[in-house]
Amino acid sequence: MRFFGEPIEFDKQAGIGSPVWRGRAQSSEAMQAFAVAVHRNHGRLAALWGEDRRGGGDGFRLHVAFGLDMGHAWLGLDLPAERPVYPDLAGIFSAANRMQRATRDLVGISNEGGDQRPWLRHGAWPADWFPLRHDAGEGGGFVNAPTDYDFVRVGGEGAHEIPVGPIHAGIIEPGHFRFSVIGERLLRLEQRLGYQHKGVEKLFIGRNLAEGARLAGRISGDSTCAYAWAYASAIEAACAVSPPPRALLLRALMLERERVANHLGDLGALGNDAALAFGFSQFMRLKEDWLRLNAQLFGHRFMMDRIVPGGVALDLEAPALASIVEQCDGVGRAVKELKKIYDEHAGLQDRFVTTGAIDAQLARDLSLSGMAARATGLILDARAHRTGYTPPPPWAMLGVRPVTDERGDVAARAALRFGEIFESLRLLREIAVGLPDSGLCAEVPPAAGGQGLGVVEGWRGEVLVGVQLDDAGRLARVHPHDPSWQAWPALEHAVMKDIVPDFPLINKSFNLSYSGADL
Amino acid sequence: MIPMLRRILRTGIVSEPPPAAGAEGEMARLGEDIRRILGRALAIREVDAGSCNGCELEIHALNNPYYNIEGYGIKFVASPRHADMLLVTGPVTKNMEHALKVAWDCTPAPKLVVAVGDCGCGCGEIGGTFGTSYASCGAVENVIPVDVRVPGCPPTPTALLAGILAAVRRQK
Ligand code: SF4
Repeated sequence: MRFFGEPIEFDKQAGIGSPVWRGRAQSSEAMQAFAVAVHRNHGRLAALWGEDRRGGGDGFRLHVAFGLDMGHAWLGLDLPAERPVYPDLAGIFSAANRMQRATRDLVGISNEGGDQRPWLRHGAWPADWFPLRHDAGEGGGFVNAPTDYDFVRVGGEGAHEIPVGPIHAGIIEPGHFRFSVIGERLLRLEQRLGYQHKGVEKLFIGRNLAEGARLAGRISGDSTCAYAWAYASAIEAACAVSPPPRALLLRALMLERERVANHLGDLGALGNDAALAFGFSQFMRLKEDWLRLNAQLFGHRFMMDRIVPGGVALDLEAPALASIVEQCDGVGRAVKELKKIYDEHAGLQDRFVTTGAIDAQLARDLSLSGMAARATGLILDARAHRTGYTPPPPWAMLGVRPVTDERGDVAARAALRFGEIFESLRLLREIAVGLPDSGLCAEVPPAAGGQGLGVVEGWRGEVLVGVQLDDAGRLARVHPHDPSWQAWPALEHAVMKDIVPDFPLINKSFNLSYSGADL
Repeated sequence: MIPMLRRILRTGIVSEPPPAAGAEGEMARLGEDIRRILGRALAIREVDAGSCNGCELEIHALNNPYYNIEGYGIKFVASPRHADMLLVTGPVTKNMEHALKVAWDCTPAPKLVVAVGDCGCGCGEIGGTFGTSYASCGAVENVIPVDVRVPGCPPTPTALLAGILAAVRRQK
């Protein structure tokens, strides 16, 4: 199969996960031309990472996943061991910038030209040592010497800088924000992230499939189900295994419970940031009830380690399913009431409306996915049908109705969460009353040399996991990709017309993951 | 305003009896302990030094009406300079090692430190999920002195509360 008339052959990946086509570019020029064609056809840059394949006598491989209307095109480009460089893609997709820099820091393959500043490497290891190379060793004993970062300077009379972080003034992950302001007005925000970099990708190397699943579930704790599913789906594609129908629906049930839990928490926090303490306590109470039922039914408040390669690690009996339906009814009623209060609260709407706005054009330019993209009006949801795209099971039969809002501001991102809670509650009820009888977990015989890409619509956006197995069927390379990679730059744009005191609210309305993108 | 009041009335007061011992007066005793030892409320500075953010979800939960941590005289503060206790999640990344040390230096005595989560404690089946590596210092105690460890992945709000209580008691 070919896309956009470009001369690269793609084959559909095995299995019943999200539709993914795999292809190999024969040259840098071919890859670049393909990227241009994707961009011209309103596609997205979904993920970019590198792999050391020198062990098998090859060089390095650059992996680029593009989001197209019908699914994902996963393109590989082999690079010679002696000179692993490729053309800068950030001029075509600005989202490539940080991904390319991270790939250079970790694998030592680089974009030619463009931004050469380190991203994840803050000085804890030397510039000529690359943790994801197979001959890198463990890499202990380096002097941890934090380096200065070359922030872009904003000139002009009256402009000054406010540096914030890495430790923030709340219960929140670390990162550094550099604001340029005139008076209260924000001229520019530049982020420096990577503080959460704990070397996850290196830890995957050499592990077995089950150990990998546990690790995948800890890339970003708030999205543990999304990651565990994306990882499982990648493994299933690599090993040509299909999980049983009941397992797929139970996965969907867990994913939607994860979505509701996060949306409830965010709506509470958004109310709090806009001085509505009442909203905070109401939503946090609902969230706590929700997590307690998780603990009761799944044995874990966030359902960690319940989605495994091949299927799921637990079953729900009829009484458990009944308690889910009952809870959905109660939460639905309460959230409806709270929505009315939020909608009619003048002070709150005053803070939300037009604050932190981005539009659909920008969302496209940044390759944004998920909630933040849908809040600008884009219909982009891996669970839902759209022109040219049929979602994988179990979504196709559930008929997910994607929620969108055109305003692109804090109000839109709040409204979207309300809408998505109602839709998830509907899906949960539907799943709970219609679970087919089948096995829970298919056997997964590790396929030597297999590779796969898993894509899951997490509560924040598109979570991808790419895997490569070695000759013994163990993990040779795993790359997890968080939607926050693309959304962090959106936050930089969103704050530009606003004032400093609105930043916490705008930031919360995106609620991005640091750990997920710092790896 | 009216629907808001109606909702408040219907929800009532959901704070639960304290979890540490389950006994009725336990939480009141914690409040008393805190006031006696510190002469005021307990101020906690939370530092995420490299977690997967799962631990933060549960620390956040301490502020919900069920655990109502503020009602016990415990509050989260923005600066280590105003903190009696650092509540630290890990593993401590190399990229956060420096910032964590600075936060610890800035915290006035008694400088209680509670390490949170399997990662922060360096325990659990895989040595705390992330262990020590080129990018990770591992457990919090590898970087700053730790008074109390609260393992779990993530630890429940109940376990966190018990850990905070244990640290305050130890100080007595
Ligand atoms: S202990 Fe578990 S939840 Fe906490 S940071 Fe580590 S992996 Fe995440």
